[in-house]
Amino acid sequence: MNAQQTLIALWTIVVREIRRFMRIWPQTLLPPSITMAMYFLIFGNLIGSRVGEMDGFDYIDYIVPGLIMMSVITNSYSNVASSFFGNKFQRSVEELIVSPMQGWTILTGFIAGGAARGLLVGLIVTLVSMFFTRLEVVHPLLTCLVVVLTATLFSIGGFINALMANKFDDISIVPIFVLTPLTYLGGVFYSIHTLPEFWQHVSLLNPILYMVNTFRFGILGVSDIAVGWALVAIVGFNVLFFAVALRMLNRGKGIRH
Amino acid sequence: MAAPALSIRGLTKVYANHHQALKGIDLEVADGDFFALLGPNGAGKSTTLGIICSLVNKTAGKVEIFGIDIDRDFSKAKYALGVVPQEFNFNQFEKVEDIVLAQAGYYGIPLRRAKPRARQLLEDLGLADKRDTPARMLSGGMKRRLMIARALIHQPRLLILDEPTAGVDIELRRSMWEYMQRINREEGTTIILTTHYLEEAESLCRNIAIINRGEIVENTSMRALLGQLDVETFVLDLAAPLESVPEIEGFAVARLDPSQLSLSVSRGQRINDAFAALTAQGIEVVSMRNRANRLEELFVALVEDKQGGKGGIR
Repeated sequence: MNAQQTLIALWTIVVREIRRFMRIWPQTLLPPSITMAMYFLIFGNLIGSRVGEMDGFDYIDYIVPGLIMMSVITNSYSNVASSFFGNKFQRSVEELIVSPMQGWTILTGFIAGGAARGLLVGLIVTLVSMFFTRLEVVHPLLTCLVVVLTATLFSIGGFINALMANKFDDISIVPIFVLTPLTYLGGVFYSIHTLPEFWQHVSLLNPILYMVNTFRFGILGVSDIAVGWALVAIVGFNVLFFAVALRMLNRGKGIRH
Repeated sequence: MAAPALSIRGLTKVYANHHQALKGIDLEVADGDFFALLGPNGAGKSTTLGIICSLVNKTAGKVEIFGIDIDRDFSKAKYALGVVPQEFNFNQFEKVEDIVLAQAGYYGIPLRRAKPRARQLLEDLGLADKRDTPARMLSGGMKRRLMIARALIHQPRLLILDEPTAGVDIELRRSMWEYMQRINREEGTTIILTTHYLEEAESLCRNIAIINRGEIVENTSMRALLGQLDVETFVLDLAAPLESVPEIEGFAVARLDPSQLSLSVSRGQRINDAFAALTAQGIEVVSMRNRANRLEELFVALVEDKQGGKGGIR
């Protein structure tokens, strides 16, 4: 395929993916908006007003970036995991395999689709947060960069999960037992400086901590960790995960006998 | 000389459970052919087609599509290939036209070119009024036609049909075959067909390969294969019931019921002699048909022969 044909193929997958999650918006876009509104109301306003300040900010202002990031992570991941596994389950993945598309085109198309949902949900949650507080973004470029990189990283993660999954249970195990605990313990609701020293060190092993803090630095200008290194790590993980996913796809892991 | 549509050399497949599905098969399908690949369940047909379409990883061997090695330039090779699989493999929630257009997109065809082609194909295959219908709402026969339209959207030179008429009613099956014969004849599309309806293969295909237990046990022209038939058995419907089995010298005759006889005619025998003998005994035959499809007899014989059973062909 030449460059123009490859672009058409890539665009076809992206549009198909976006159409899919837009078609089922009550399942994909509405629930995170309602859930996050509850978080803002209960943890931000009701309980948050009694917590006081965190790193010099009102508690609701402190948790908004983390909750936006949590929505982006969850939705990017689950979009690709459920969509690609759905393709496997219905065997429509064969349409992709028998086509002349290269593996990287297929992978990039699904990542873009997952990232699109993650970013759209992130935008909706940001708009919802404005009913509860006023957001001022200190570093807009860094904020955009880190949210896009996080969305792509977890889209790739969802793709790998879908490749390895044999049944629908397999695509819910990682979000429930890995992503949710790591996100909750990744500094969404607190600064790791409030933890005992031992647990501060343990927290540094959690990759989501770096994404949440870099994003929070972009919006509020405060972070528990060195932002530069965190950015390098996020880019590095993107490259590593992309290479792993592409290798698995090209070898036909989970999709070819 | 033009490259064959498909060339397979030493194709081997061993699955993870050590089952050897293909034992180094060789196969060639000429450009423009209508070719039958037959075999019993589990013989290796689907594995062979799966490797050609890259749905199955091969263990060893070489596959070329119009001279293009699928390991070297799979993208170019796949461009020449259209596949209609045995199982429905499209997104059941998408609309008919969207499924066909998405496939065009995967082949890099711009929408302005894909749309009229998709509409023409849906028209030709009787799905024009269903183009905005979600695929799950279609009947089984319509779903099969949708898969044909999808496979043809990029105008492949080689079309693989893996049991495309399974579960399809007779009328629809006939219209599908007329369409396939038309694109084979008028557009020169090479067609490889697997089917369990052997009369289809006999009437449509010019060449045939029979695969059994991972090996090609026959690969010849349909005419040559049918020419191997030693004995043909006919069913004769009689004008009046018989009390006993009539004897005809040189022919094996059996009574199926009082008004039906089976008559076996060996190579070199004249069926007229049997009719003359029946007429001499006052037995009137009102109609006659083959007891089994001729290809079916050969097929069973070849497969049984390979498995150490009785053989019915030379």
